Amino acid sequence: MPHDHDHPHTVLPPEPALRVKALETILTQKGLIDPAALDEIIDTYQNKIGPKNGARVVAKAWSDPTFLQALRDDATAAVSELGYYGRQGEHIKVVENTPDIHNMVVCTLCSCYPWPLLGIPPAWYKSDAYRSRAVREPRAVLAEFGVTLSADQSVRVWDSTAEMRYLVLPMRPAGTEDLSEEALAELVTRDSMVGTGLPKKP
Amino acid sequence: MSRVHDMGGRFGDGSVSPDAEDAPVFAEDWQARALALTLAAGGLGQWNLDISRHAREQLSPKDYSRLSYYEKWLAALADLLVKRGVLTLEELGKTQGAGRSPLAEKTLTKDRVPSVLSSGGPVDRRGPSPRFKLGDKVSTRHPAANVYVAGGHTRLPSYASGQMGTIIAHHGCHVFPDSNAHDLGENPQPIYAVAFNAADLWGKGNVQGGDEVILDLWEPYLEAVDD
Repeated sequence: MPHDHDHPHTVLPPEPALRVKALETILTQKGLIDPAALDEIIDTYQNKIGPKNGARVVAKAWSDPTFLQALRDDATAAVSELGYYGRQGEHIKVVENTPDIHNMVVCTLCSCYPWPLLGIPPAWYKSDAYRSRAVREPRAVLAEFGVTLSADQSVRVWDSTAEMRYLVLPMRPAGTEDLSEEALAELVTRDSMVGTGLPKKP
Repeated sequence: MSRVHDMGGRFGDGSVSPDAEDAPVFAEDWQARALALTLAAGGLGQWNLDISRHAREQLSPKDYSRLSYYEKWLAALADLLVKRGVLTLEELGKTQGAGRSPLAEKTLTKDRVPSVLSSGGPVDRRGPSPRFKLGDKVSTRHPAANVYVAGGHTRLPSYASGQMGTIIAHHGCHVFPDSNAHDLGENPQPIYAVAFNAADLWGKGNVQGGDEVILDLWEPYLEAVDD
């Protein structure tokens, strides 16, 4: 294969698992990668950081008016107090769903997503279909997630073009007045915090 | 003028296939490895976030469309490693590292992973006072192009270029990707959330009244509009 000097990657094997192996091998030989560090990164995002973090934030916001106000004032600081800060979550904003407004988050240019609160984005969030259509026809996209909004609810689509990371605060489901914060967190789905879903009903 | 990653509003991509809430974080092991490798290599400090985004955007349109998500990461990583002088093309082609790198002292070790991931890389900086205030009407730069480098990185999507919007929030000053992606410095600029009527972007007949699209935009992308 001729070398493409703008694109050195073309000299690597085409099969992705072999490409990863090749890069890891070379970098390890040069002392630039500690394979144990890779295991640690994977463990972090596979097992430690995920939508449960965001669900705790939402449940607390539903239960604790002081925390809700802190989220409105400075969400980055408020979620940091719960231990949720880090890579791809340095600047957090929480957007609240109301009977009049439904919020939905996309990154049309790449795949920006609030990692410390929701983990690594799911495949659909990174798909061309979601990236291209969420801004133009959010209601049609929502229908593909099984969500139908009321006719008098407006949609606000947040395109994450910068380093602000958005978390949707869904509306608290009816009939949950007696639930504990822990029980409320169980109702909060990942998709409800991206705005492509609604919380589960109790 | 545009690049293939700038796909907001595009037609023809079909329907979205939602994954189950409990689907595995990584569908295949190599994907997890690709993510970890990319983060660890970024820790060598030879490029910044904007440079790495631009590397993915510089994939040929054919590759960008054909490659899966983490394949794009891998391709861009390989390109960056060579372009920034971390590896040679020969090392890459032979899958053989020629000797220990002088950068090896910066290698991300296992014990440092938790602190590196949890400290992140905030981009807020001291910078100029904002020109605009809440409620101001602004128009966006057209075309949506980097003014420093032809075909360079920018975070103004084409669909929101040459449009009129309203400032709804001011986020302080952030590193400006259009310069930071090209080794031209951080050049912090005021950044705002700007709301656009969906009807203005897509045509009245195509949207429900009241729907909005909101983007975070740096001041150099914006011009004042007189009411």
